[in-house]
Parts: sequence; C-alpha cells; structure tokens
Amino acid sequence: MGVVIERVSFRIGGRTILDDVSAAIPTGSVTGLLGPNGAGKSTLLRLIAGLHTPTTGRITLDDAPLATLGRRETARRIALLEQNASPTIDLLVREVVLLGRIPYRTGIFGGFDGAGDLRIVAESLAQVGGTELADRNWGSLSGGEQQRVQIARALAQRPSLLLLDEPTNHLDIGGQLGLLAQVRDLGLTAVLALHDLNLAAAYCDQILLLSDGRLAAAGAPAEVLVPSVIAAVYGVDSFVVPHPRGGHPSLLFAPPAPPVRESG
Amino acid sequence: MRAVTGSAAGRTRPAASARRNARFGLWLALALASLVLVSALAVTIGPAPVSLTDVLGSLAAHLGFPHSGTVPVLTDAIVWQLRLPRVLTAAFVGAGLALSGAVMQSVTRNPLADPYLLGLSSGASLGAVCVVILGVGVALPLAAFAGALAALVATLSIARVGGTITPGRAVLAGLAIAQLGAAGTSFVIFWAAKGDSYREILNWLLGSLAGSSWGTVLIAGSALLLAGTGLVLAASRLDAFAFGDTAAASLGVDVNRTRWALLGLVALLTGAMVAVSGAIGFVGLILPHLVRGLSGPGHRRLLPLVAVSGAVFLVIADTLARTVFDPRELPVGIITALIGVPVFIALIKSRKSGTWV
Repeated sequence: MGVVIERVSFRIGGRTILDDVSAAIPTGSVTGLLGPNGAGKSTLLRLIAGLHTPTTGRITLDDAPLATLGRRETARRIALLEQNASPTIDLLVREVVLLGRIPYRTGIFGGFDGAGDLRIVAESLAQVGGTELADRNWGSLSGGEQQRVQIARALAQRPSLLLLDEPTNHLDIGGQLGLLAQVRDLGLTAVLALHDLNLAAAYCDQILLLSDGRLAAAGAPAEVLVPSVIAAVYGVDSFVVPHPRGGHPSLLFAPPAPPVRESG
Repeated sequence: MRAVTGSAAGRTRPAASARRNARFGLWLALALASLVLVSALAVTIGPAPVSLTDVLGSLAAHLGFPHSGTVPVLTDAIVWQLRLPRVLTAAFVGAGLALSGAVMQSVTRNPLADPYLLGLSSGASLGAVCVVILGVGVALPLAAFAGALAALVATLSIARVGGTITPGRAVLAGLAIAQLGAAGTSFVIFWAAKGDSYREILNWLLGSLAGSSWGTVLIAGSALLLAGTGLVLAASRLDAFAFGDTAAASLGVDVNRTRWALLGLVALLTGAMVAVSGAIGFVGLILPHLVRGLSGPGHRRLLPLVAVSGAVFLVIADTLARTVFDPRELPVGIITALIGVPVFIALIKSRKSGTWV
C-alpha cells in the first residue's frame, strides 16, 4: 500500500532525468526527497503526481497504477504544491482554497462551491490554523501564511497523498519548523522535496536521496544521513551529532578537507 | 477542538456564499437593466429625433406585438434599418471583445492580455480586408477568424522563450504582430485603391460600427452565442489556471487541450467581431479588470457579468462616436482608447517591478 515506485526512468529530449528509481512510500509516512540541485527531485514529484508518465517503469498508489487513474481521479487522490506559486489575479484566501474542490465539480456547468464544498474549505483552513485568514486577500499574506493557505488548498482536494516541492523556501526558521510540524500532524502520506538536510532529519520518517537522477540512498534519516553518503552526493564533509532534543541526527558541514600531502 | 472550529466555520460559510450569490445576482440584473435602458436610449439619439415611444412602437410592429398608434414610415426605417442593428451589433461586439479579454487574461495568466494588444484584432482585420477588398472567396468571418488565429499563434510563439511566456514579452510580441497586421491591412486597401481609402483604413484599424446592418447583427450574435456558450461552460476550468499550469494539471485539468480550445474560441469570437466592426481596442483589456472587483475572480460569475458590461460599454462608446462630432463620425476605437489607455497605464504602474519581463 502507499506509493510504490518500480524501476522508474524518465527521459526527455534524449536527456535522462531519472534513471531506474525504485522506492516504497508507506501509507501515513512523511518522506523527504533530498538531493543536490538538478538531481531530479521535482521531476520525481511530478511523476508521482501523475503529471508526467515514466518513460519506463511504473508508479502505483494503493495498488492502482497511476496510468489507469483518470486525471480527475488522480486529482482527488494526490495534491501537489509547487514552489513559489502565486496567482496573477488577487484572490481571497477562501477562493484560493476553493480551487482545491475543482476535481469534485459536478454537472456541465461545473460548480464547485456548493455548501459541502464550502464546509470542506472551512475545515481545511481550520486544519492549518488559518480560519481567520479566510477573507484576506492572497497578496496581503506573509510567505508563511501563503504556504499554509496553499496546504489548505491541497487539503481541500481531500487527497490521500500530499506532495510538496520545497515548501520551506523563503520562510524564516520559525516558519519552516512550524510548517513541517503542521505537515507531520496532518497524518497524511506526504512526500517533501527539501534542501535542508537537518529539517529532513528532524521531520521525516524516511529519506530518499537522489543524485544525478539515481537513487543514491534510501532509509531512515539515521541510516541515510551519514558522512560517507553525504560526501559522495554533495561533495562536502559532515559531522553527525545527535540532536539534544529528540536524538535525531543533526548535521554540521565543512568544505571538503584538502588532501593530505607528504611534506618534502 | 479542530472539529469544533470546522463545523462552526461551516455554519457561517453558506450564509456568506448566499450573500455573495445575491450580490452577484444584483449586479447582473443591474447590468442587464442598464443594457436595455442604454440601448433604448441609444436608438433615440442621433441627427433625426426619435422618441422612446417611437422606438417601442417600431419594435412592437416588427416583432408582431399589439401596439397602439402608428410610427411614421421614415422614423420606423431609421429605428429598424439603421439604429437598432447598429446598437445591437455594438452590444454583441462589446460583449464578445470583453469576454475574449477576460478569457485570454486567465488562460495566459497575463493581466495585459486582450485581443487588440496581442495582435489578434489586426490579424483578423487583415483577414477581413482580404475578403472585402480583394474578394478572396471565403466567408468574411471565417477569413477574420483565420487571421486572428494566425496572429495569436505568431504572438505566442515569438513571446515564448525557454518554454515560458511572460506578460511583458507577450505584449511586445503582440505589438510587432499588430503592426504587421495593420501594415498589411493598409497595404491591401491602398493597393485596391477604390473610394475613400483613408477612411476605410481608419475604420478597419480603429474600429467602426458605421457599417452595421441586420447581417452584422447575425454574424456577431451567432458568434457570441456559439463561442460565448463554450467559454461560459469552461468557466470552472479557467479558475484552475489561477496558480499556473502545474497547479491546473494537478487539479485534474488537461492543460494543453483546455488552453488551445479556449484560445481557439477566443480567436473565433474576435474574428467575428472584427469582421463586422474592425479592430476596436481596449474593451477586452479594461472591462475584465473593472468587473472582477464586482463579481470576484471566479469565472462563472465573471464571464456573464463581463459580457453584459462590455455590451453596455460599447453601446455607450459607439453612441458617443457617432454623436460628439455630428454629422461627422469618429472611429469608435478613439473613444475606447481615450478610456482604455489610462487604465492600461494604471495597470502597468500598479505592478511590482520585475514581474513583467
């Protein structure tokens, strides 16, 4: 159950973006997708969201191959949030969250703001502690508030799987910790592309580490985030210390040490 | 705790939604009432005096309703043959252009998108003059549609750099295509050189409703019915574009098919409108921005209201165009530009720096 990624490769224009990636994401777990820029994190998220089809291999969600689900059914099960998305027109927060009900629109006129939809919008906002934001303009929100509202929009899709592409971008440290704690508390299966290894270590149940389109390592943070793996993927030295609160791995980085030379 | 907040909020939402629906209904009713009133008044205004009673009498006579008193034959001809077709054409063209602008702005995520600014109108003009002047054997609206579509594809391909189209680049590309279309239109008219070329060029490039007849009512009306219905049916999918293509796709929308289907309908609508009235600018740009404040950004409310408002706007603008310098007539595009350009400037100024190009 959950998401199963089976030997997935993705090539576009002769370039291999993902190469033979296999992984399992158990239901209810929070998975951190790590890797240097260009490693293929966003592409893998889009494949899991069903927006692209793997060149080879397949992805299943709760035993159903993504390829067999229609667009709408996919949208009812999987919510993807891109980084830094912003509307061109000034929407109210409530209207932004309401967009999450589009996959459930009914009839030829496609209404998606019935009483049931509005109730779900209110509940979704409440889930991220954003009830009082409902009547604010999107443009007037802080970065952290915008992210929370985006997550509420994703929740309004009532998904079983939540995919977030660098959700902590442009948030201050308080915002980052708050957001990830919130995502954890939702209890949904979630996959987060993250840059910050320490945030991933603190909030994720498992880590998928991508390097150059391949899966370099997978497992619990304490297994994956070790100096040898980090040196191989990121090319930096690192030291792991247990976090004073919680004991999860906490990383300190240093530029690679210069090679030791014989003195002559 | 969460469940409590959720249900408490849930109780207040339907009330808020009902209020919003009621407010929207009120605005739509108001807009429709002004359309009827403005149109009726517009028919009475002109060189020959016509009373509102004459207008109603003439209408009743032609539509076969019982009516009292008779309308003088000449007055009846002015109402039924001249002014009514013109007012109706203006209303349909205004509705079509405003609708086109609203849809383009959403689908291209560009608040400056408008059939005129992105070159569709002048492409359509070129297509239309090829038929009217050169006698190319295609139906006029079809040729204008082909011109609009070609201009649209050209503008978007030029503006597309590295897979993305920024609002600023789209307008610049539209400028180039619009200039090319205008030059082509002028060239075709000069080349054929019959009658008053300058006036004819002005009418095609700035727009004029002077050539209105029941034929133009039919063309503009059926295009509005056909394309307008399609656009309104697609309204909820348009909402999904608010956060961009990926967001729309992850909400279950087939982004490419939807975008091109909608832009195709916009080209059809613009083509038909330009075929009967030339390239009238700024209606599609300003009306959506003005109306969004009243309807909210949701397209199921925005589109009907924007269409009716566009109709009211162009009926007023055209009445001004034919009366201000009476007996001479201004191209109606001069009036719409006088109102539209300040709005355009305000839009540019209101944007945060760096978001255009």
